[in-house]
Amino acid sequence: MKAYFGRRYMLSASHRLHSDALSAEENQATYGKCNNPYGHGHNYVVEVLVGGNVAPETGMVLDLVAMDEVVRTRVLQRFDHTNLNQDPLFTSQVPTTENLCRAVFDLLKDELPAGQLDYVRVEETENNFFQCYAAGAESSGR
Amino acid sequence: MIFLTRRATFSASHYYWNDTWPAEKNQQVFGRCANRNGHGHNYTLEVTVAGEPDAVTGFVVDLKWLKDVIDREVMAAYDHRHLNLEVPEFASINPTTENIAIAAWRRLQPAVTAAGGARLSRVRVYETPDIFAEYRGEA
Repeated sequence: MKAYFGRRYMLSASHRLHSDALSAEENQATYGKCNNPYGHGHNYVVEVLVGGNVAPETGMVLDLVAMDEVVRTRVLQRFDHTNLNQDPLFTSQVPTTENLCRAVFDLLKDELPAGQLDYVRVEETENNFFQCYAAGAESSGR
Repeated sequence: MIFLTRRATFSASHYYWNDTWPAEKNQQVFGRCANRNGHGHNYTLEVTVAGEPDAVTGFVVDLKWLKDVIDREVMAAYDHRHLNLEVPEFASINPTTENIAIAAWRRLQPAVTAAGGARLSRVRVYETPDIFAEYRGEA
């Protein structure tokens, strides 16, 4: 029986939205206050959903402690209390939450049991969030 | 296709234990959740149905009807109960969040199907605001 298990994590980080491909005026027009020179920060919520068979002997899809460890070592330790623009992943792309969401998905997908990662959702504030699905999963009827 | 979700909350106690394992293994695998006196949560249940809005009413389903179905099929059995000791489907399987999502689906599906129109799409159960499981009817 396939079910899904989800967990929400928090990380605090700063970023500045700025593209070297755009002029100063274009950056200002595109990113507005998010382009302010010294950056700003968010309390991000990272929601991770994994899917798999419910093991009859435990009633669980996966070991929550093992999942916490993967997220902690791969994502939280990397990004929490950092400036995202300084991370090597964001030297050639802007640390928008879209790009952060995809980066987190890519960091996790090979560390969790094959095929288990269903989506990563990153909430930048209470009012905006982004989701990145495993290929094809977005058409699964949600 | 519109997806309509109704939320409900219930409070219940549970523990995790596998009778075929020695006590030490239960402690090792389930940790504090294996405390035999149990512990409790405020659960949030989200029930999502999918369908087209009715041409006359504009409803996918009547939300009051869906609330009554959830109350009758799930809340009446789970709210303020000990899931292991008082709910039949958990007599021999652990009331994990995953299994609660599957069990709630099984309780809800006959009534949703019988009503025609919308189909049950997803059942999600939050054990805490940060831990949840969902079932989408997959084998």
